[in-house]
Amino acid sequence: MNIVVAVKQVPDLIEELEINEEGTGLDPDVLSFVLNEFDDHALEEALLLKEEAGATVTVVGVDTTGELDQALYTAIAKGADKAVKIVGDFEEGERMPTPIMARLLADAIREMDYDLVFVGVQAADDLDGQVAPMLAALLGLPHVGVVVGVEKADGAVKVHKEFWGGITADVLVETPAVLGIQAARQAPRYAPVSRVRQAMKEATIEEIEVDDLPEAPDASVCRMFIPEATGRAEMLEGDEEAVAGKIVEILKERGLV
Amino acid sequence: MSTYFVIAEHLQGALTETTFETLGAARALADATGGEVVGVLLGHGVQDMAGQLAAADRVLVADHPALEHFTPEAYNAALEPLLQEHQPRLTLFQNTAIGMDLAAYLAARLNWPLIAYCNGLRAEDGAIVTTSQIYGGKVFAECRLPEGPGMVTVLAGAFPAEAGQAGDAPRVETVSVSLDGLRTRFEELHEPEAEDVDITKADVIVAVGRGIQSEDNLELAEELAQALGGVVAASRPIVDAGWLPRMRQVGKSGQKVKPKLYLALGISGAPEHVEGMKDSELIIAVNTDPNAPIFDVAHYGVVADLFDVAEALLERLED
Ligand SMILES: Cc1cc2nc3c(=O)[nH]c(=O)nc-3n(C[C@H](O)[C@H](O)[C@H](O)COP(=O)(O)OP(=O)(O)OC[C@H]3O[C@@H](n4cnc5c(N)ncnc54)[C@H](O)[C@@H]3O)c2cc1C
Ligand SMILES: Nc1ncnc2c1ncn2[C@@H]1O[C@H](COP(=O)(O)O)[C@@H](O)[C@H]1O
Repeated sequence: MNIVVAVKQVPDLIEELEINEEGTGLDPDVLSFVLNEFDDHALEEALLLKEEAGATVTVVGVDTTGELDQALYTAIAKGADKAVKIVGDFEEGERMPTPIMARLLADAIREMDYDLVFVGVQAADDLDGQVAPMLAALLGLPHVGVVVGVEKADGAVKVHKEFWGGITADVLVETPAVLGIQAARQAPRYAPVSRVRQAMKEATIEEIEVDDLPEAPDASVCRMFIPEATGRAEMLEGDEEAVAGKIVEILKERGLV
Repeated sequence: MSTYFVIAEHLQGALTETTFETLGAARALADATGGEVVGVLLGHGVQDMAGQLAAADRVLVADHPALEHFTPEAYNAALEPLLQEHQPRLTLFQNTAIGMDLAAYLAARLNWPLIAYCNGLRAEDGAIVTTSQIYGGKVFAECRLPEGPGMVTVLAGAFPAEAGQAGDAPRVETVSVSLDGLRTRFEELHEPEAEDVDITKADVIVAVGRGIQSEDNLELAEELAQALGGVVAASRPIVDAGWLPRMRQVGKSGQKVKPKLYLALGISGAPEHVEGMKDSELIIAVNTDPNAPIFDVAHYGVVADLFDVAEALLERLED
């Protein structure tokens, strides 16, 4: 079984985000990147399947940050067999419209040998959640999103799809198929720094060079803004003793303590 | 005339609240532009539900055994020819575990633009302007949909459901669907296992997020919850890590709660979490990040280490 996992880096949301002067995107100078958390789960689920049923795991990404190597080597250190990055004349750190991203990925994956394509259910930056279904459409495959577990079956996989309120469904999907992974069956494993260093020394990242960006419909962002402070919380100031005192006051006023 | 399609969602025999919210949003757009709202209902034996889509002018019902339970493949196969034929100005999906599986697939198949995660929609000089949340809810983006057919997925809780429930009974039309060669098969629906603690019934919730750092630290949250006469709930990563049962998860894929007090410790306030707790009567959030989006929904906020605050609070409550 061959599993391709698409991975993406997103701005670290713990950092303060600033909008660029044109108001169309984030200021790329202030960004630091981390692997999208759902991609970490997608990789984990692929590695679990590899351990259970035997599989070759390939990680692939469109390098829009110039820093994707880090994520790819980490994936190899965790147990991925192969890493591929799609490179081209992309604006570093600029958000690439998802339909274009999906087409770049589809073009690359189409040439690979695969039974399953795992994609994070959604990326924390654009909050699109579009790549998995788009890949399925572009590759002519069935797909299921919001997946929280995958089991190998005969010529198929049994996936656990989550709805809401804790309701889930078992769905049987013939392979090849695309899955949008929400959570792996267990917390993503951790790669020790020494293993990552070793991967950097020993593994090679295959590059796919793209000359022209594919055409795709997009509704471009006119304006980005940090939401207004209306309805924002009243901030309680002071040290923890003072704050605790104020909280107890508020709770007393409302008869909660 | 502009046509607005609303893809209705149902699970276990009932239309979802979000369907009505989206329907209301479509109604407002249609009224502003002189358009028509068309509800689209897929399923098997769902004719009765169609009449509930009151704010729609018409409802198209596609009935087929393969549509009885949701699978992305069957639903998409049924929807694609419908959208292709009608070319609606805008097709509205819900940004849910159902709508997310449909919109982007169809957008790629039909080559139409799609804007996800909408929490604002308005007509402006004949154009449709959308607002979406991005970067975990820290930033908003405004987009203008180009002429011609387009799609959006609408965030739960962004519009009032009442507006979608008001109106006369819509005209119901059946459309035929042919679904062959499906490669996806629905097998079974699982209800969550019952829990000794029902967080939806609690008056006081102490909710912890990734800021709690380790399973051992949950004890502090538990002590605080006991001192406040409440229960401990959590954001998704805590449950995914196996530190708390699934039924303690608050948010989009977890439970919707409305307690008298929601104390959020180390939770960033991602839109998926906020969806489940924003209607709480009193929200107090503690987070080290002054820009955490949780402070946009909280009534009171504290920028501090949760451990310091939790311990100080515990001491004071035990006095
Ligand atoms: C389809 C879908 C459904 C989802 N459903 C849900 C859902 O039902 N519920 C849910 O919660 N999420 C859900 N999510 C996940 C959601 O997107 C976020 O990833 C999640 O809510 C983040 O959890 P968090 O706030 O605990 O973690 P983070 O976003 O990592 O935030 C941790 C916060 O803790 C703060 N912090 C760190 N240390 C401290 C400290 N010592 N003291 C105080 N503060 C500290 C940090 O500043 C940060 O703000 C869903 C996602 C998808 C795609
Ligand atoms: N540049 C990229 N390279 C590889 N995978 C990507 C890229 N962008 C998005 N993806 C995948 O698509 C998922 C969903 O992203 P999105 O649809 O943009 O929210 C991510 O979690 C990744 O798995």
